[in-house]
Amino acid sequence: MERRSITVNSDFYCKIPLKVFFSFSKNVFVEKTSPSFIFMFDKEFGMNKNKSTDAASAHGDGTVIRIKSISKEFNGEQVLSEISLDIHDNEFVTLLGPSGCGKTTMLRIIAGFETPDKGDVYFGGQRINDLPPYKRELNTVFQKYALFPHLNVYENVAFGLRLRKKQDKLTEREIADRVKETLSLVNLSGFERRNVERLSGGQQQRVAIARALVNHPKVLLLDEPLSALDLKLRKDMQAELKNIQLKTGITFIFVTHDQEEALSMSDTVVVMAEGRIQQVGTPTDIYNEPINAFVADFIGESNIIDGVMLEDFSVRFAGHTFVCVDKGFKKNQRVDVVVRPEDVDVVAVDKGMVVGTVTSVVFKGVHYEMIVDIDNFKWMIQTTDYVSPGATVGLYIEPDAIHIMERSEYSGRFGDYSSFSDELDRLSNPDEEDGDEDGKDSSDDNQ
Amino acid sequence: MKQRSFMARICASPHIVWAIIFIVAPLLFVAYYAFTDQNGRFTFSNIAELSAHWETFLLSVCFSLIATAICLLIGYPLAYAISKAPAKRRSMLITLLMIPMWMNLLIRTYSLMAILDDGGFLNSLLGSIGIPEFHIVGTSGAVIFGMVYDFLPYMVMPIHSVLTKMDDRLSEAAFDLGCNRLEALLKVTLPMSLPGIISGVTMVFVPSISTFYISQKLGGGTIFLIGDTIEMQFQNPATYNVGAAISLVMMILILISVAVMNHFSEDSDDDGGIIL
Amino acid sequence: MKTLSKVFIALVFVIMYAPLAVLILFSFNSSKSTGVFSEFSFRWYAELFSSPETFLALRNTLILAASSAAIATVIGTGAAIGINAMKNKYVKGAISSVTNIPMMNPDIVTGISMMLLFVFIGGLLSVTEVLSFWTMLIAHVTFNLPYVILSVMPKFRQMDKHLPEAAMDLGCTPLQAFFKVELHSILPGIITGAVMAFTLSLDDFVISYFTAGSSFQTLPLMIYSMTKKEVTPDMYALSTIIIVTILALLILSNVLGAKGDKKATR
Repeated sequence: MERRSITVNSDFYCKIPLKVFFSFSKNVFVEKTSPSFIFMFDKEFGMNKNKSTDAASAHGDGTVIRIKSISKEFNGEQVLSEISLDIHDNEFVTLLGPSGCGKTTMLRIIAGFETPDKGDVYFGGQRINDLPPYKRELNTVFQKYALFPHLNVYENVAFGLRLRKKQDKLTEREIADRVKETLSLVNLSGFERRNVERLSGGQQQRVAIARALVNHPKVLLLDEPLSALDLKLRKDMQAELKNIQLKTGITFIFVTHDQEEALSMSDTVVVMAEGRIQQVGTPTDIYNEPINAFVADFIGESNIIDGVMLEDFSVRFAGHTFVCVDKGFKKNQRVDVVVRPEDVDVVAVDKGMVVGTVTSVVFKGVHYEMIVDIDNFKWMIQTTDYVSPGATVGLYIEPDAIHIMERSEYSGRFGDYSSFSDELDRLSNPDEEDGDEDGKDSSDDNQ
Repeated sequence: MKQRSFMARICASPHIVWAIIFIVAPLLFVAYYAFTDQNGRFTFSNIAELSAHWETFLLSVCFSLIATAICLLIGYPLAYAISKAPAKRRSMLITLLMIPMWMNLLIRTYSLMAILDDGGFLNSLLGSIGIPEFHIVGTSGAVIFGMVYDFLPYMVMPIHSVLTKMDDRLSEAAFDLGCNRLEALLKVTLPMSLPGIISGVTMVFVPSISTFYISQKLGGGTIFLIGDTIEMQFQNPATYNVGAAISLVMMILILISVAVMNHFSEDSDDDGGIIL
Repeated sequence: MKTLSKVFIALVFVIMYAPLAVLILFSFNSSKSTGVFSEFSFRWYAELFSSPETFLALRNTLILAASSAAIATVIGTGAAIGINAMKNKYVKGAISSVTNIPMMNPDIVTGISMMLLFVFIGGLLSVTEVLSFWTMLIAHVTFNLPYVILSVMPKFRQMDKHLPEAAMDLGCTPLQAFFKVELHSILPGIITGAVMAFTLSLDDFVISYFTAGSSFQTLPLMIYSMTKKEVTPDMYALSTIIIVTILALLILSNVLGAKGDKKATR
């Protein structure tokens, strides 16, 4: 399932609406760290070429972690079912999904805190199912940092090194050097003697990262590390984390429910829902070529409409036959059609492909967000021109703004804005149910 | 990870063994003695003998209920007043309240007797201003006063801890919705502090009903409560069985009343903070 | 309203402390009277300390309190660790209910129940003087256990549950993770529990009364036997010493606790 999305068709990049990509990235990277942004952009292309060539990737091709059909159950509830995933060297992989989708459990299985009921985990070619966490060459940055309150910053960071002092023949001097070096990597030089509980959230976050990185792990696991920070700080930390990953070349496996975070940082995004992987791909991939209604709805805003594929390059929905760029479907096959709100042009009624009534308009700063009723299906449309509610407007959609998906179990569940309100739109705003997943994961050990 | 939690659980095993041998087994022995005679033969005669003590039972229950009620009547307003005091003074008051809880009960009871006794401090103080000496020790009032004096902090502490944890905005919300002070107290604060009241009532009632020292000292040898009866039976090995029977009945009575009271508070807060 | 509540609080505290104050005052009285204070003197203290019995009882009390607190702290901490790791709600509930029995039961029932056990076992082994230091020690450990467990358990709940995981993630074995990380988080609870156990044991009369033999007397037992006879103010002196000692212990534990809290928030 996920293989399909990794294979990228070659003309795909020609039609990336660049503005989309920038709109997700610029806040984070353009001002502060533009060189790395460009680097990342380069890498994006490079990575994809790589992946499309080694579809039958065997070990030794740079795969660090291989997860093979893993399943996990908690108290009779299936949390993960048949998950398979390869994670490569130097890759920044994000596990993205709403609360309770199993992403944290998957991370905990990789870290060794949970054992899968079925399936295998390989690390550098070796099966590590039964290897306890303290023998795994990877480190974790915990959601609420889990810094040791009785140790200062220096001792927290040196903790892992001290444990391996004998084994690695480290001198106190070498430990000091490595701690110092790592603290400067996370911009915390001079904080060595500070008490960790008196640091700000952002500083604690950096200590947690340093404490993990100082051990030079092959893989760094990050469990929603930014979720406790406020928005501004989160943005800065996103940029910094990305920089650290580029500098160190360590594979990052990053868990988040924040789609914007996932898109702006990752090389590869793994979208999960209901214990299964929905799609694996680059951020642009996931945004522009969502595989089903769930992904289309979870990543950004989408109008998802029932349609019929009349023939190649021709699809009928909303009472109109549109030209599109998709092909390879059966004749008259029922499909899900995705149109992003920013890709719909509002035009005069006589110039429109379809005609609808504006039911509400909300000013969002950069644009207006309006809900347009077309044959009782409510579309969300973002436009820079104000139209008053109640007006009848024509809509125009370019062929490359139309994305066709196979129907799936999620068809019809998402992408209609008839009941849309900011409060109710919980799936695309899962922050509100932040506690849920936490509760679920801990349910087995706090009873 | 499984191995780790197994190791952790093993740590509890000494305690579990200890609890079985020294908590559960002794209680079984109480039951065993209650239903056997001196030679270890099964009998109901010990239980039958309880009927001779029904007046003592009744008196003990009355005394401890009255003492508990007085403790509640004094303790609730006290806890309320303390919880409304400024933070700094509050912690001082709580410390003052806690110190007697740690003082030996014998000493506290005894010091009370030293004050109240004929020719004691109070009487000589009153005598110096011309009031004739009067008899306090040996009356029911003295015993009940002793119970209230000894156990009042046990009533105040849990109520106070519930009241301070309570959100001030709740009573503000009640005012906002049109309650006056009294209504807010009766309809919001009081029901919400019920768990504290119940644990306070338990903590006063149980030691009151089982005391034997207070009645010995302040009862002046004339008032005989159930605790005294039990203590007396255990002076002589021949009456252990009767003593066990009385204890068993008292324990069952207490457990039932505690269970009934706890039934009223869903919130069984197992905080250890009540004591210290 | 404000003044009324202040007066009320003051009144209760005055009544609560007056007897203790009177007792302390009259321990320095030169005459035997408990009604009239004649002259300041250390007479009763001198009398008290002249008897070797007092020192023996004091020594016994301290030995009993220290050893029962130590044993209860070790067993109770282990129990808290174990109960915390248990997943089955019912097993957990059953263990805590049984543990709390000595706390819920009247002391007199706990005392006689243990006495009956000891007497029965003594009968089986045909030991004549079964009640001794050891039976008291067992009894004191038993009633101290729930207090230790109740002061350690909340520390586990307050601790970030990811701390031991973080330690293992950085290379600690489970045992190392406990000693290097978890122990530090629960240490304040262990200390509180130990101090509490020590103080309770120091203070206990009822349970000691039923489980003590004639060979081993503690201060509370001594006070009891003193008040049974005609009372002399040397008992006041003894009480004053105990009051001051307990006060000092309480202040010490509060200061330690406050220090711990400060450390935790720094």
